[in-house]
Parts: sequence; C-alpha cells; structure tokens
Amino acid sequence: MDETKGIEIVEVRYAYGAKPALTDVSLALRPGRFTALLGPNGAGKSTLVSLLSALFVPQAGRIAIFGMDLAEDPLSALSVMGIVFQQQTLDLDLSVRQNMAYFAALHGLAGRRAGQRIEACLARLGLAGRQTERVRTLNGGHRRRLEIARALLHEPRFLLLDEPTVGLDVPARADLVAHAHGLCRDDGLTVLWATHLVDEVEAEDDLVVLHQGALRAQGAVSTVLAASGARDVLGAFQRLTATIPAEAAS
Amino acid sequence: MTRPAGVYLICLAGVLWREALRFVHQRERFVAALVRPLIWLLIFAAGFRSILGVSIQPPYSTYITYETYIVPGLIAMIQLFSGMQSSLAMVYDREMGSMRILLTAPLPRWYLLASKLVAGTAVSLLQVYAFLIVADLFLVDVPPLGYLAVLPVLLLTGLMLGALGMLLSSTIRQLENFAGIMNFVIFPMFFLSSALYPLWRMQESSDLIYRICMANPFTYAVESLRFALYLEAEPASLGIVAGALIVFFGLAVWGYDPRQGLIHRRGQG
Repeated sequence: MDETKGIEIVEVRYAYGAKPALTDVSLALRPGRFTALLGPNGAGKSTLVSLLSALFVPQAGRIAIFGMDLAEDPLSALSVMGIVFQQQTLDLDLSVRQNMAYFAALHGLAGRRAGQRIEACLARLGLAGRQTERVRTLNGGHRRRLEIARALLHEPRFLLLDEPTVGLDVPARADLVAHAHGLCRDDGLTVLWATHLVDEVEAEDDLVVLHQGALRAQGAVSTVLAASGARDVLGAFQRLTATIPAEAAS
Repeated sequence: MTRPAGVYLICLAGVLWREALRFVHQRERFVAALVRPLIWLLIFAAGFRSILGVSIQPPYSTYITYETYIVPGLIAMIQLFSGMQSSLAMVYDREMGSMRILLTAPLPRWYLLASKLVAGTAVSLLQVYAFLIVADLFLVDVPPLGYLAVLPVLLLTGLMLGALGMLLSSTIRQLENFAGIMNFVIFPMFFLSSALYPLWRMQESSDLIYRICMANPFTYAVESLRFALYLEAEPASLGIVAGALIVFFGLAVWGYDPRQGLIHRRGQG
C-alpha cells in the first residue's frame, strides 16, 4: 500500500443493462483530504460507491486504492477501507456492542484487541455509554454514528460514505458532517462523502461533481468555484448540473 | 492477499455467533420450526397410519408405524424450511443493506458465503434435535445411537438445502417474490420425495411421478437421514446429496459474484 497515491479512478464505465450509470469517469482523491462527491439524485454516486467497495466491477476502466488495483487485489483494498452505505446496515435486534463485535470478526479482530477497538471507536463517536442498548432503540443520528464507528474498527485509511445524512434532521446532519471532517483532520483519513446536499460541503474540502453519470468538475472547492464562475458551492452546482434541484437548495 | 488462518476462523465464529444471537432473538421462528413437523407427526400421521401401510424395507428390519416412517422426512422438512428461512433472511438483508457488510469484508466471497451457510445449518441442527426429543416422547422408534449417528448426515443435508436456499436468494430480486418459493420449490420438493410415502408406492400410482421423485435431491437427503438414524450408511444417497451441495453452492457463489452474477446484472449489492 502506498498511501501517498490516494484513490485513482481511471475511465470507469458502468451500465445497468442498456442504461448507462457512469460514462468514462476519471478522478483522483488526494490522500488525507475530505472530498465531497456532489451530484443530484441519479448522478451515479451510489454506483461509484458500489464500484469503490467492490460490490460491482467496472465494465471498463480501473480503480486503485492507495496504489492497490481493486480488480487484481480486492481483499487488500477492502482491508484499508471503511464503508458507510446509504441504506442502514445495522442489525436492529442486536446491541450496539454486538453489532460492533460482529463487524470486528468479519475483519479478523477478536478478543482483547477487538474490545479495545470497540471501546475506542464508540468513544470517538460519542457512543461509549450506549454499548448495551439495542440498536432498535437508537435514533437515526446515533445509528449513523454507530455505522461510522463500526467502519473505523479495523483502522481503515480510506473512509467511504454514501449519503450518510439521508433521513436525518438538521442538527444530526451537522453533527455527522463535523465528525467526518474531524476524522479527516485529526486522523489523516482520506474521506469520500457522497451527497446531494451542498450545505454539507465546507470551504476547505475537495469537490467532485457528477451529473448524469459524467464528471463535471473536480478539485479544491476554491478551484471549482473559480472554474465555474460561481460565488458559492450552490451556484457552482447549479451551473455544473444545469438544474436547480429543490433539495440541494434547501 | 494471503490472510492468516486465524482471520478465517474468527470470521466464521463471528458469523456463527451472529446467527445464534438472531435465533435467540427470534424465538417465534424456533417455535414455528418445531410446530410445523409436529403437526405432521401428531395429526397427519395419526390420520394416515391406518390407510398407508409400510412394508418391511431397508433400513427397517420389521414393520414400523407410519409416524416412525415419516420422521426422517420431517427432519429434512425442518432443514428445508430452515434453508429457505436463511435465504429469505439473505434477501431481506440484501434489501435492507446489511448483506453488504458481509460482502465487503476482506475475505474471499466464497468463504463469506460458506460461513453464512455453516451458520444457518448449525441453527437447523438445534431445531432438528428439539423435534427429535419431542418425537421420542411420542414413541417414535429410533435407536438411541441413531441420534448421534445422524449428526454428520444432518450437517451434509443441512448444507445442501441451505446452499439451495442461498442459490435461490441470489436469483430473487425482491422480498415480495419470495412467496413463490413456497409454491415452486418447498412444496414440490417435499411432496415429490420419499418423505411421506415409500417410492414403490409412488411407482404403483405413476411412473412419471416416481421418476421425478428419483431426480429430486431431497429424496436422497431423506433416505440418507433414514439410514443414518438406524445406524446404516446409504453411500449412493450421500454421494448425490454431496454432489447437489457442490452444484448448489457453486451456483450460489457464481450468483453472488459481482463480475458475472445475477445481482450484478440487476444492479443490487
């Protein structure tokens, strides 16, 4: 693994039958940076996340995670990735700790080592006091935090989050965005945050804009703003996607 | 990437543990699994014992009651339903997303699916032994050592039927479509086998149905269990069950392979 290489996506193409989802998308994520993947619904964000997490395989092109080719060595690449899917993936009838322990086992962690990691990750996301609670009793914001804590268990270097704030209220959204930025800033994680909500993008982030399966822009937020001639991210997003999505403006 | 053997064992233990926890949390599933064969044993068999005579045939050395005859079929029925229940859970997990957590673990996909299969089979063993305890109370005649001798065969048949369920789960797009499995898989497999009637009786009625029964791997699961319960081995049946396990599991792994499987084509994870 060469962490300085970041994440490379080269001319990736994917279609569901005859319907294209991504068309020759090439982009690079800088290591240790928070990158917001912005696009309206149907832009291809979730498809890209599925490709990055090896659930799908590109029909053309290649993906490399810190220099490791995802097609040639998916297990090495997956071992350094933490993934939070758009759909919640927790076992509602199990406790917070049981959910964490199951995930730890899937990554080969057991015993004292697993216990230490579970304690540390839950504490990091402010869930230390909720270990014995059933997930069903947690609110949406806490469930999402738990999913992020779980994704950090095996000490990944690349955190991939697919619209993690869907269905959350405004304070919970802000809380989650702040947590993810903190992980990037404090722990040096490379973070890809897929969203359709422009207010989740911060000025110091990197930005990738997808629309109708094609890459419209990428770079630091300031670079994208300058290139698009817009004053803010919402303006850039509207110009780059040539639409005014109601939910993006909210 | 080569990972230490310990990592594989930890993963298997984790999947087994999760399945056990889910089983404990779903007590009604356990009760349902027990009630279904008991209804067959106590009501159906009681009604049919005077109509359906069972002649002396291997592995039985003497005349047996109809209740005794159908016990292996009911054991296989428990495992068939358990396998389908596991596959239903996999379709649900896929729709709800939690299947993605399993499939993105950094271990070979075939191993992850095999772990899931072993865990589901372990749960079915608990159900089978609970049923056998109750059946024993109703004077079903099985030699005491038969309960032990049947264990390895139960593992094999449970894996085969679980693999069939896993294969079906890879082909089913939505949870709603799963109801069809009852009509098109479970009932035909169960009734077109030697679970309820000896095959010679089937042949007397219809040669075509007899041939279908002979092509049904469930028949061989039932016969393997029947012989094992009476401390005998039926190598041909065991071989067919093992072969069916390999075919079903191989196809299930293919179905869950993102490069060529059905899930890939349908755009689901």
